[in-house]
Amino acid sequence: MTKRGSISRARAWGIRVAAVILSLIVCAIVIVVITKQNPIQVYAGIIDGAVGTKRRLWVTIRETIFLLIVAIGLTPAFKMKFWNIGAEGQILMGGAVSAALMIYLGKTLPNSVLLILIFVLSALAGMIWGLIPAYFKATYNTNETLFTLMLNYVAMQIVTFCIVYWENPPGSNTVGVINASNQGGWIPPLFGTYGMCVILVTAVTVFIAIYMKSSKQGYEIAVVGESQNTARYAGINVKKVIIRTMMLSGAICGFAGALIVSGSSHTISTGTAGGRGFTAIIVAWMSQFNPVIMVVVSLFLAFMQQGAIQIASQFGLNENASDIITGIILFFLIGCEFFVNYKVELIGKHKEA
Amino acid sequence: MKRKVLSILLSLTLMGALLAGCGEAAAPASSAAPAAESGEASAAPAASSDIKVGVIYIGDENEGYTYSHMKGIDDMQANLGLSDAQIIEKTNIPEGEECYDAAVDLAEQGCNIIFANSFGHEDYMIQAAGEYPDIQFLHATGFQAASSGLPNFHNYFTKIYEARYVSGIVAGMKLKEMIDKGEVTADKAKIGYVGAYPYAEVVSGFTSFFLGARSIVESATMEVQYTNSWADMSMESEVATKLIQDGCVLISQHADTTGAPTACESAKVPCVGYNVDMISVAPTCALTSPTNKWGAFYTIAVDSFMNGKEIPVDWAGGYAEDAVEITALNSDAIAEGTEEKVKEVEDALKAGTLHVFDVSTFTVDGKPIEDDLVSDGYYHESEKVSAPSFSFIIDGITTQE
Repeated sequence: MTKRGSISRARAWGIRVAAVILSLIVCAIVIVVITKQNPIQVYAGIIDGAVGTKRRLWVTIRETIFLLIVAIGLTPAFKMKFWNIGAEGQILMGGAVSAALMIYLGKTLPNSVLLILIFVLSALAGMIWGLIPAYFKATYNTNETLFTLMLNYVAMQIVTFCIVYWENPPGSNTVGVINASNQGGWIPPLFGTYGMCVILVTAVTVFIAIYMKSSKQGYEIAVVGESQNTARYAGINVKKVIIRTMMLSGAICGFAGALIVSGSSHTISTGTAGGRGFTAIIVAWMSQFNPVIMVVVSLFLAFMQQGAIQIASQFGLNENASDIITGIILFFLIGCEFFVNYKVELIGKHKEA
Repeated sequence: MKRKVLSILLSLTLMGALLAGCGEAAAPASSAAPAAESGEASAAPAASSDIKVGVIYIGDENEGYTYSHMKGIDDMQANLGLSDAQIIEKTNIPEGEECYDAAVDLAEQGCNIIFANSFGHEDYMIQAAGEYPDIQFLHATGFQAASSGLPNFHNYFTKIYEARYVSGIVAGMKLKEMIDKGEVTADKAKIGYVGAYPYAEVVSGFTSFFLGARSIVESATMEVQYTNSWADMSMESEVATKLIQDGCVLISQHADTTGAPTACESAKVPCVGYNVDMISVAPTCALTSPTNKWGAFYTIAVDSFMNGKEIPVDWAGGYAEDAVEITALNSDAIAEGTEEKVKEVEDALKAGTLHVFDVSTFTVDGKPIEDDLVSDGYYHESEKVSAPSFSFIIDGITTQE
């Protein structure tokens, strides 16, 4: 086994495509063996469930952009090798602030003003949730992985408390749809239910893509990620970069929380983030922080997830069936990177080389 | 060279498989479309073949509450002779926008009557009901049907408190036997109750259970502790253990898992479950479980709809409607004479001669309760609105959150 020096793009993509096809075949075998269903019909069911009707297509788009914006939010932090696994908490904090504003100001402020307030303050909440671990990392070199992870639980408890505080009716442990009557603080539809969200997420994505690639700050992030010592040698204020970048990362995740609450669920619960903060890590890594590929990967995961709901009801399978399918495909996709980076050879041959 | 040939061969077969997949994929999708259209076209179907039922579940068959609903839908299907294709079930739908997505998706698949089974689904069902006035939306455990003003939105529940009362009788008989045998003294006859949330549905449930038990053992008291979750196995087990340590000699629950019976079996404390038969997890301790027979309502609702009859805005059925029961009594655990007593009480409930919330049997702060729903000497639970509303903590019960 040797590390490949370089590999042509075509060849690398060839390996990836082969991995996808292989994974689909393995999935098909699993489906046949376990469920005795025709795998082609199951795949057709997945496609039907994800894009079969206009409404399903919109739901798939919605799930895609929510996953995408969190992945985009994580990108600057991960690029800096700051392992922010606290997106879940940052989303929840943003979501909680949005819900609070909807509840307390939804009946008094005009919607446009309220929405701007929601976006700004929820981003601020996420920013604070990102700033805390960043400050400790920059100042005391604490372990950010643990710190951000633990803050998720703090956020979850805060949301649990808010639910008890806002629950409707009392004792039910749910907040219910906020402002169902006047839709105060709801993101209005545009070219379809979630058009506005699509535009907002696209804007953030483009901004981050340009920020990371072409701005001085983006370059500083990359340098700090590669080597803090190099960064220091080059005169970069590492502490400042860490704090600034995490504030940005947290703010985007908080904003994602606002989109989820104001744009789609119109309620708050501990399930508001729905594991997106963790799934987005896979998205960001698999795309190697390339925003365009992130769109594709998010779409793929959302597609499978929505398809899963359909096959669950169509074939009486459990949703877990699709987790298996997604798991197998991810295994092959991540595993194939090994073959992109390494060449497998016979031992004898290796010695000659 | 060998590798190249192999890879070419492999990719060719893969391509073939993929293309075959695409070709077939188009067929079922196109055949599904006309079916959906025909369903939508006939808003009020006369024949049973036109009806399509959609169901949204919070969980799946692995979760007791949803399992009992699924069984109810199966019973309805058998009673009315519907085909499998006429029923579309969606499992594991959370209480969020996913419920709205599921409801409108079912509507677009041509369902003309759609059920949802979890409390938090209600707002999303109302939202969907507003957009599809020709489709009937029915929601279990909710409370907004009457106030929503939507003619196509309904609530349903069972008078589960009747079955809880009967299970309380079973528990009371067991307590009495324990006192008679000298295992506990009458003044130490304390029951423990593992509740989910401090919420009317739970309060109504444990009060009826307690009233049943106290009708047998007058000195009985009860301690309630909440888990703040509908289903949390380890928490329920933990709370049950704590109640036993607090001196409770019998445990019951309003929570969805087998956590409490498992803890009871290891501590050898008799227990009453909920929803499902707990004998398999607590063979020597589980007495019985009160359970819902949702099939009663599902049959009535779908049947009414098929025959063009009005579906009630709020529906709650008990023993009289065959909508509740207790699971098989565990002969290894129950006290002697339980079966006869249960039969007697069930008959009285069916006949309407016995009312669970008879205001002469309990007090709050030493006084009988006063409420708009009290008349003819009893609290009319689940009659005006199908969801339980009894939320008084009566004397003899202590709660701890």
